[in-house]
Amino acid sequence: MFYPCRDALQTCLRGLLIMVSEVKQVSGNAVPLIGNDIDTDRIIPARYLKAITFDDLGAGVFVDDRKALNGEHPFDQIHYQGAKILIANRNFGCGSSREHAPQALAKWGIKALIGESFAEIFFGNCVAMGIPCVTAESEVVKQLQELVIANPEEVITINLEKLQVQIGDFTASVVMSEGTRSAFIAGTWDACGQLVANAQQVKATAAKLPYIGWGNLAAS
Amino acid sequence: MSKGTLFDKVWDLHTVGTLPSGLTQLFIGLHLIHEVTSPQAFAMLKERDLKVLFPERTIATVDHIVPTENQARPFVDNMAEEMIKALEKNCQENDITFYNIGSGNQGIVHVIAPELGLTQPGMTIACGDSHTSSHGAFGAIAFGIGTSQVRDVLASQTLSLSKLKVRKIEVNGNLKPGVYSKDVILHIIRTLGVKGGVGYAYEFAGTTFEKMNMEERMTVCNMAIEGGARCGYVNPDQITYDYLQNRDFAPKGADWEKAIAWWESLSSHADAEYDDIVVFNAEDIPPTVTWGITPGQGIGVNEKVPTAAELLEEDRFIAEEAYRYMDLYPGQPIQGTKIDVCFIGSCTNGRISDLREAAKIAQGRQVAAGVKAFVVPGSERVKKEAEAEGLDKIFQAAGFEWREPGCSMCLAMNPDKLQGRQISASSSNRNFKGRQGSSSGRTLLMSPAMVATAAIKGEIADVRELL
Ligand code: SF4
Repeated sequence: MFYPCRDALQTCLRGLLIMVSEVKQVSGNAVPLIGNDIDTDRIIPARYLKAITFDDLGAGVFVDDRKALNGEHPFDQIHYQGAKILIANRNFGCGSSREHAPQALAKWGIKALIGESFAEIFFGNCVAMGIPCVTAESEVVKQLQELVIANPEEVITINLEKLQVQIGDFTASVVMSEGTRSAFIAGTWDACGQLVANAQQVKATAAKLPYIGWGNLAAS
Repeated sequence: MSKGTLFDKVWDLHTVGTLPSGLTQLFIGLHLIHEVTSPQAFAMLKERDLKVLFPERTIATVDHIVPTENQARPFVDNMAEEMIKALEKNCQENDITFYNIGSGNQGIVHVIAPELGLTQPGMTIACGDSHTSSHGAFGAIAFGIGTSQVRDVLASQTLSLSKLKVRKIEVNGNLKPGVYSKDVILHIIRTLGVKGGVGYAYEFAGTTFEKMNMEERMTVCNMAIEGGARCGYVNPDQITYDYLQNRDFAPKGADWEKAIAWWESLSSHADAEYDDIVVFNAEDIPPTVTWGITPGQGIGVNEKVPTAAELLEEDRFIAEEAYRYMDLYPGQPIQGTKIDVCFIGSCTNGRISDLREAAKIAQGRQVAAGVKAFVVPGSERVKKEAEAEGLDKIFQAAGFEWREPGCSMCLAMNPDKLQGRQISASSSNRNFKGRQGSSSGRTLLMSPAMVATAAIKGEIADVRELL
């Protein structure tokens, strides 16, 4: 569960709706998913993209891998049901920009990820959804995966303030870029409201760009 | 920290400010949307009661879900019909230009924006599709984004981003006959790995890129993302300007002169500083084929599937998975691998010059018995141009099917799909498990000329035998 995350607070700033929801720490059971370069086509196959909402994505998460493994996929194994933290290896979420991938993971119940590394767009999509992805040394990630496999009941805690992950008496440091980390802690990870609030500066920046004034796209 | 590169200059010019998170608020000069990643973004906008801030700077088309055989409406697939309808409605409600089927300008989003002259040097471009990196061929900084970010661009014409590092990838010299820009990028990814570019923008420089035409440059930049780099670009030059001049959205008259001066000023400085530099020799690059399930698992057409011992330790796990999935064994020559389906198309290689190269191979020859081969132009304009040159006739005479424009079997969100364990030779960009519409289907990536060669021979073969 998110802790001590508050419910989304809606603040009115200059008449605009800005969503504030602090994410300082995520605790819960974990699900290990061993393997490098797990791409977004595997997380959610393209056929599940044929929809105009994200509502039904939970059923599609890793569906082909799960079918191929006949119940042995971690997402199907009984002891990982209800897990909130996904422990992945290198370059997780590579491939397509589809936000459907983190949306599908979130629909399944994932609230945070630990990995050796994440693909850039996947990481950005997770941030936009309020799902922190922290990285750790390869050895640490492997150790965490082993600890979870040995004891799936054990709760893992990712603490963004201390940049630390803890399971039982094992603790290790994790990494997240400072800008992203402070956005989660301050609850400003949902940038939309801030971006919109700066509309005047946006227009001023645009006005200085020569191409805004030429060609058929010229602003009316 | 890079300094004086095109990336730095464009980044600075588009910076609106620094957000409380420390991230940069970056203005986006051109926003492209399509039916798959936009409907949820429009819904989010509505939920927050926000309007599109610069509707004239967003352009829409439909590509992923369109059938390539019968495009009559309503589509046979109800869900596809619902998606195109949602896009039509969203564009209409928000005053966004939409190039629909039959408009003469519809096609794969990364094919139409350059051909309309929408893509220009010095712009920042975003699209809810990872292959947006293609537009970097013009010296633009182009990002693939997710749906929440599509919402952000619609609402504010900006994104919240952290700046990338810049790696210069220099390739010098002449490509050997039978080696194309697709081989160059497959070779780069093979060497630097699929995550080698994470955190970087790739600047493609050196004499090999300087000699490439715009379509070849687009193929390279298109797949920068497959190497982990969120964007890739080539500094603009006379070849860029010649391509752009007189296109629909290109600056005209006095603006054209102003534009060239501005574009020239953006190129990376001779003494620009890079975070990293990697140098390749064009002569070392062979016609390349992927054998596995990531675009980094590539080999020269005359090479063998690598054994685990030949690979870096970190690449072994996925290699083992790839042997099993692809049903190829380590040490097996890739040449001679039997092929069921040949697909020429996609935003990587569905442009007119790609079709011309493939047609040269197909001309006067026949597709091997039992092989299904088809050509899908990247846009309505590409189709028209190809037909005017008679390429459609060449392909059809050789036994290829000639289709309507769309993404087709690149990701198979439309009726074009592999069946069961079928194996395809494909000019697209991803060989991920299940990518081409069958959860056990297999994909080998290569240049369009190599796909045409595979179609004729019925197996993976060296294009140089048919030149
Ligand atoms: S052709 Fe393929 S990669 Fe390109 S936009 Fe379409 S689906 Fe994406």
